[in-house]
Amino acid sequence: MYTFFFNSDKDPEHLVLGGKCTSLVIMTKAGAPVPPGFAVTTHAFDAVMRQTNLLANINSLVTGLDHSDLKAVDVVSAQIRRMILEQPVPEAVHRETHQAYDSLMELCGGEVPVAVRSSATAEDLPDASFAGQQDTYLWIIGRDNVMHKIRECWASLYTSRAMTYRLANNIAEEGLSMAVAVQKMVNARTAGVAMTIDPTNGDRSKIVIDSSWGLGELVVSGEVTPDNFVIDKVMLHPVKRIISDKHEELIPDGNGGIVRREVDEMRRNQPSLSDDELTLVAKLAKVAEKHYGSVQDIEWAIDADLPAGQNVLLLQSRPETVWSQKPSEVKVTSLGSGIESITNSLMAQMVGRLKSSEK
Amino acid sequence: MSTKLAKKSFDSPYDLHAPAGAEGWQELYPYNLVFRDNLREKEDAKFWFCDSQHWPNVFKPFETVGVEFAVRCLGAYNTRHYLVPPANGIEFRIHNGFCYMSPVGVAPELIADRVPHFLQRAGHYFQNWDSLLENWKKKVHATIEEMDSIEFHALPDMVPWADIESGAGIDPTAKMMADYDRLIQLAYQNWEYHFEFLNLGYVAYLDFFTFCKESFPNIPDLAVAKMVTGVDSVLFRPDDELKTLAMLAANLGLAEVFAQNDGAEKILSVLSQSEKGREWSTAWTNAQNPWFNYTSGNGFYGSDVYWRDHLDLPMGYVQDYVKRAAAGEKLHRPKDALIVERDRIVDEYSELLSGETLAAFQGKLGLARTVYPYVEDHNFYIEHWTMGVFWRKVRQLSRLLHSYGFWNEPDDMLYLTRDEVRPVLFDLATGWGVGADCIAPSYWPEEIERRRKIVDALSTARPAPAFNTPPAEINEPFTVMLWGITTDQVSQWLGADEGDPNQLRGMAASAGVVEGYARIITAADQLDQLEQDEILVAPVTAPSWGPVFGKIKATVTDIGGMMSHAAIVCREYGLPAVTGTGSASTKIKTGMLLRVDGSNGTVEIIG
Repeated sequence: MYTFFFNSDKDPEHLVLGGKCTSLVIMTKAGAPVPPGFAVTTHAFDAVMRQTNLLANINSLVTGLDHSDLKAVDVVSAQIRRMILEQPVPEAVHRETHQAYDSLMELCGGEVPVAVRSSATAEDLPDASFAGQQDTYLWIIGRDNVMHKIRECWASLYTSRAMTYRLANNIAEEGLSMAVAVQKMVNARTAGVAMTIDPTNGDRSKIVIDSSWGLGELVVSGEVTPDNFVIDKVMLHPVKRIISDKHEELIPDGNGGIVRREVDEMRRNQPSLSDDELTLVAKLAKVAEKHYGSVQDIEWAIDADLPAGQNVLLLQSRPETVWSQKPSEVKVTSLGSGIESITNSLMAQMVGRLKSSEK
Repeated sequence: MSTKLAKKSFDSPYDLHAPAGAEGWQELYPYNLVFRDNLREKEDAKFWFCDSQHWPNVFKPFETVGVEFAVRCLGAYNTRHYLVPPANGIEFRIHNGFCYMSPVGVAPELIADRVPHFLQRAGHYFQNWDSLLENWKKKVHATIEEMDSIEFHALPDMVPWADIESGAGIDPTAKMMADYDRLIQLAYQNWEYHFEFLNLGYVAYLDFFTFCKESFPNIPDLAVAKMVTGVDSVLFRPDDELKTLAMLAANLGLAEVFAQNDGAEKILSVLSQSEKGREWSTAWTNAQNPWFNYTSGNGFYGSDVYWRDHLDLPMGYVQDYVKRAAAGEKLHRPKDALIVERDRIVDEYSELLSGETLAAFQGKLGLARTVYPYVEDHNFYIEHWTMGVFWRKVRQLSRLLHSYGFWNEPDDMLYLTRDEVRPVLFDLATGWGVGADCIAPSYWPEEIERRRKIVDALSTARPAPAFNTPPAEINEPFTVMLWGITTDQVSQWLGADEGDPNQLRGMAASAGVVEGYARIITAADQLDQLEQDEILVAPVTAPSWGPVFGKIKATVTDIGGMMSHAAIVCREYGLPAVTGTGSASTKIKTGMLLRVDGSNGTVEIIG
């Protein structure tokens, strides 16, 4: 009950797995190439909080706190997070998490690095904007290190920002919980994001891909200018491509960590995806959109360790939020059909000609 | 979405001189087809592009009949039949033996007045498409039948007794001259019919195309083409017939006969010795009419080789197919897969639309699909069938006159314009009638040798892609649709000497990426040089090169758009194609290693 494998037969529950893990389970079930991993469920978090004095101690610290007193919030936040990191984890949680970790390593054929990410449950909180965004720990090796990062994810519920937000918006501390994703680390040669819509005009016949060298974090955080590709969703042909100067990349340092380094002159202005890979990434986004039945925003990576054709991996898929709430800006003037509309089309060509002769 | 052109011009035709040995070439062609010195100012004010798609080779004088009839009739339908609001016809000239075109727009103030006429006239055709097309087939068949009945025979030593007895009072030379005139008239007639539906087919396609470009910005042209084009064009029927014959040969256990013998005559004589062989021969004979009225060229050249006249050619293809069938290869095009793919594309784009945009999409697609088969099929009826019969009759007359010693080679009449032939016939009629020598044998052989040298000299150079200053934007619908000439295309031609010399750009006409060795083919009679898995590089290809498409990996052409015959046939065969590169056949040499990207329209010379 404290862990849940992404490829489990059981149905995922959002309250138990959080948004990110639920999505990974659903995509795994749908046959998408999701790197293997498991969720440490909210039951684990609840056990830690409730089977010890942790929750009571935290609540007493939070009660009466003034959200406008930033200094006081900072002090309490630091204290709570230290408590969570130091609190011994109940035996059952510990055991089950270790077992899950060991099975994952076995599945991967030995000890491999993992990514540890928070997976929030709170529907009424702007998830991406504070609860989860920062709590991604990459290239973590070893059981104890992983356990520690899981606790750091839990602790992230009590950052000053998160606490201030809850206090200011009268969101109860009661029922607050957090799941954590532990997933095989992708050895990303190239990674990025893809949307199943053109975000510049709401054109749903396109898939737009941002892509850069190394892990995708620099693309997501906007610290590197990625290559930008626009793909026709039906034909899966690129219709527009901008190759950018990709100056930095995030890659494994060979010593169990990751390093951010400058991209060498040669590769900077080379496309970070081949045409075949572009098609595969677009297909992946299309599968996610079809599965969820709504416009999706995905994170993906090309794994340097996997053979071509099997190396495009889906890291995350979430619904697109901007254009799903407003009409597309694609305007169609040539409506109708038959001779009238044919005439209109010919006349439109003529207008184009007149315009150009005026220039 | 076209970019503005750099302020640059192509050379004037008046400044581009003929290759050495071709001086005086202008006199080979009708006076109205060449750039005349006293019209320089007027002609240089127009932008001309080379149509090497239809006329990749230098015209022999007689062969201008094709461009004259075809392009005149195209214009007449826009200008006089339907009054297409913004577009008149296309002017055409010959320069250094090659064909140049310049579209004629309608003055802006006159466009509105044409609209009601266009609505009425084109509307009538769209509303009665099927019945009018049915009638069209009858008219075209009747023309072909009459043309086929014309025969040019040697003149008798004396007027037949029957004509004396009946008091006919006329000798066979009158009929010979009338038949020649009638042959030309009938060709003209079917070229009129050729454009009766074609322009309308294109404008309906254009309407759907425009809608798709608006609804799905930057949608690949290929997607639009795939939604509209059929998989059962009669244009593919001749090749399909050969495949069926090959399968029949395999099923009847006759594969050995085709493997061990060569030539139609030899194979048929071996087959005649067995019952199964005779069964196959009957099927072979039945397939010939009309499907062997099929050229490996494009119908515009007197040297075009038609299957019907050269049975070794289709028999050679059958032999190849028999071999491939024996090796377990599936011969027929994957029609079902093509239909599934077409439906998938339509469904997926439909799903992105709703309400009136979906209704417009369905309505326009429906009309485009109704009219589009004509755009493909007409090619068989006119370019292949009509012109096959036409050239056969022209050759028959040429050989007859050759037998009178009028020229050195059997087909030399092609070195005369069609209007120069009439006085030659009268020369014959006079010599025969007077009982004296004709003048032709002492005049034409020498003159034809002079002309042959000029045509050969012209053939040593490839044509310039265009002349003079292009317009800021090219959006004349027929130029874009038929020739694939776009603003971007012209800028590329202009900037062709800059940029990466190993990279060529063209239209992404048929998807896929392959690498392979180039084989330059500039005429149909070089097709036998193609080896398995080579990349065909040509000024233009004809769909009738069908059987070679089973051999090659990709096609690259100098000219042609998404709807050019090369593009259509490559999509049918699932081969990558880049069309309209402007200069592939001159920049690329046989044996170079190429990377052809038919999805992005690029060709790279990689070794």
